[in-house]
Amino acid sequence: MWEDLPLFPESASSLSGEVDALYVFLIAVSAFFALLICALVVGFTFKYRRRPGNERASRIEGSLALELAWTLIPLAITMVIFVWGARLYFALSLAPEDCLEIQVIGKQWMWKLQHPQGQREINELHIPLGRPVRLTMTSEDVIHSFFVPAFRTKMDVLPNRYSSVWFEPTRTGRYHLFCAEYCGTKHSEMIGTVHVLEPHEYERWLRGAVAGEAPAEAGRRLYEAQRCDTCHFAGPEARGPVLAGLFGRRVQLADGSTVVVDENHLRESIVAPNARLTAGWQAIMPTYAGLLREEEILQLLAYIKSLPAPEVEPRNGDGR
Amino acid sequence: MTNTPENYINTDFGWKSWLLTLDHKRIAILYLLSISFFFFVGGFFAVLMRIELLTPQGDLVQAETYNKLFTMHGLVLIFFFLIPGIPAVLGNFLVPMMIGARDLAFPRLNLLSWYIFVTGGLFTLYAVAAGGVDTGWTFYTPYSSTYSNTHVIAVGLGAFITGFSSILTGLNFLVTIHTMRAPGLSWFRLPLFIWAQYATSLIMLLGTPVIAITILLLALERLFRIGIFDPSIGGDPVLFQHLFWFYSHPAVYIMILPAMGIISEIIACFARKRVFGYRFVAFSSLAIAILGFFVWGHHMFLSGQSVYAGLVFSILSFLVAIPSAVKVFNWTATLYKGSISLTTPMLYALGFLGLFTIGGLTGLFLASLGLDVHVHDTYFVVAHFHYIMVGGVVMAYLGGIHFWWPKIFGRMYPEFVARFAAIVVFIGFNLTFFPQFLLGYLGMPRRYHAYVEEFQVLNVMSSAGASILGFGYLLPMIYLVWSLRSGKRAGANPWDAKGLEWQTPSPPPTTNFAVTPVVTEEAYAYGEEEAAVAG
Repeated sequence: MWEDLPLFPESASSLSGEVDALYVFLIAVSAFFALLICALVVGFTFKYRRRPGNERASRIEGSLALELAWTLIPLAITMVIFVWGARLYFALSLAPEDCLEIQVIGKQWMWKLQHPQGQREINELHIPLGRPVRLTMTSEDVIHSFFVPAFRTKMDVLPNRYSSVWFEPTRTGRYHLFCAEYCGTKHSEMIGTVHVLEPHEYERWLRGAVAGEAPAEAGRRLYEAQRCDTCHFAGPEARGPVLAGLFGRRVQLADGSTVVVDENHLRESIVAPNARLTAGWQAIMPTYAGLLREEEILQLLAYIKSLPAPEVEPRNGDGR
Repeated sequence: MTNTPENYINTDFGWKSWLLTLDHKRIAILYLLSISFFFFVGGFFAVLMRIELLTPQGDLVQAETYNKLFTMHGLVLIFFFLIPGIPAVLGNFLVPMMIGARDLAFPRLNLLSWYIFVTGGLFTLYAVAAGGVDTGWTFYTPYSSTYSNTHVIAVGLGAFITGFSSILTGLNFLVTIHTMRAPGLSWFRLPLFIWAQYATSLIMLLGTPVIAITILLLALERLFRIGIFDPSIGGDPVLFQHLFWFYSHPAVYIMILPAMGIISEIIACFARKRVFGYRFVAFSSLAIAILGFFVWGHHMFLSGQSVYAGLVFSILSFLVAIPSAVKVFNWTATLYKGSISLTTPMLYALGFLGLFTIGGLTGLFLASLGLDVHVHDTYFVVAHFHYIMVGGVVMAYLGGIHFWWPKIFGRMYPEFVARFAAIVVFIGFNLTFFPQFLLGYLGMPRRYHAYVEEFQVLNVMSSAGASILGFGYLLPMIYLVWSLRSGKRAGANPWDAKGLEWQTPSPPPTTNFAVTPVVTEEAYAYGEEEAAVAG
């Protein structure tokens, strides 16, 4: 019957063992203090129970030394846990370079995912063993949360902004994907499966899956169809910054502050262009909110990120 | 009845004398009846949920119904039982009596706060009858403001209105404790229950307006589509979470601080000792009340708030654990060289110590950033806060009810049955909620109507435990009501306890004290006169 009663979920990512290690450490600390309190309470209650010869308690006021001890020792222990937990949090938050980039859109009540070569999946995610994967996620409606217990990671998926989560699978197999943020009637059906495959099997899966257009390619067509290039080009007539090579750079804004161009900044510049205008440009770009679907914005971003940086420093916000 | 001296109960039996009473003791009874009603309503929702969760498939109720059940369970028990519970019942009854006053500073305000509470409660019950609400008690946007088709505004209004009763109660207690203490009752002679009520009142007064504003903004967005929280009309959903938790995290201290106050009283009485480190226990209540206002972001480590904000909220959350630990150590040390009797209230208090310790320690798991990523929004969180809220607050509340029952009604309950019930509650509680820690680490998300098969064994254990826990809660309901007519008469001070509330007949006369008492000794001066006799 003990097979029916597992205590740990499967461990299948490069960081899941480290999360388990902190968990086990905390269980040890907790067990020590819980048993200590329990032993003292039971021991005192028995030893000093009311009985003939012990009708009167001793008069004890307190002890500064004890107060200091049981303030400072727990404080020191919690600070160790804090540092440990914070380091792990940063490791879980900061994705390494050269991740496999996958786009995720959550909606009531399904997960829509797309691979860089264009393969689409719903409630299923196929990924290769041993390669870090980074998900760029947004929601079409309410807040969801992308949770894979076997990878010990989770991240909220919000409307109107991107969040990301990364993991490096270390074991092949099928693992649960859950929505962890309550999102309405069929919240508990917003679940799926992550398939971790050997790299060659992943290649075979990629070839076998119906490949739609790659996001960057679809983004290029959108870029042309929406005529982004009428304003965004290099030259004195340009009415907006050159987008090639912009991703990841720090630019100055019209209000004097600076911002690193990431997915969220690009997204905001499309749906609310004047909210954080790049310095040196007029507030003339119209909003594309409502004109582009979430998937299309993600495709545009994939295209913009794929553009090679130009040889010559273009005329951009930071260049003037 | 002829041989019973006139007291606050038998002074007048007309219904008007109850509904228009200005006596803090009678208002406490009104609250006792109302919150007991809400306790069983909220408990009933829990029973249905635990039956549904016996099987992985959602087969007892529809998903819509299940979502409404956990929403109403949380809303009713938090806003109409846990928050008002101890302050409005035991606090109302005891604050004036413990400080030697005849009533609270503002008796009319006190009655008004009960009427406000009932009005808020009726709004909520109306919403339940009209079809309920399915947003979770946390009302997260934009689900609550745009997507849910249920009675969000009616329920929000219920919570909004009830908040004012909290504010008035808090204000009343603060003024009373400041201005109406008996001669000689200096701050450091106050019972620790009063310190706890004082700290609680501070939070009620400062925190509750924030939730009122938040609910108002939510209603504005829902009714008039003013973009505040919904990004599709220019709002920010994370702003809602900040505002919501700015109240709702301190609110857990509104619930637990008075419970801690009760534990200090019970342990001192049945160990026959002054509480170890009195000043540390008193100040730790204030430390919790103040620090508790700065940890709300630990509910949002994965919400998209900055990782650096996460760091600050994490370290502050570890800090707020320290004063709670200090209390537990001091209560334990109070038992040392005591003269301990395991009466029913003491059983509840010792049960509280164990369960609150586990609840507090598992809070460290959640405050720890890297581990919270995995257990956030799983059953681990559910188990943690039920250890604090049910294992902590409800155990302390029941302990307090049993401790002061003889004072409130002048009757004793059957001690053997009561001890049995306390043990049943303790066992049933652990069986219900301990498996949920394991479920959480395995990855079962909260608020799931149906779940994957490997979670079933632990869910069945939890449901089985819940049936024992439910039985344990029904027992006191029966024998306490029975005791009102048939219990042994208690006399003024059946526990031989210290504290001014025991220096007056049971039930107390309407004016509490025939003569204003003069306090000449510290709180919990147990063993003083015995020592004098012996010496």
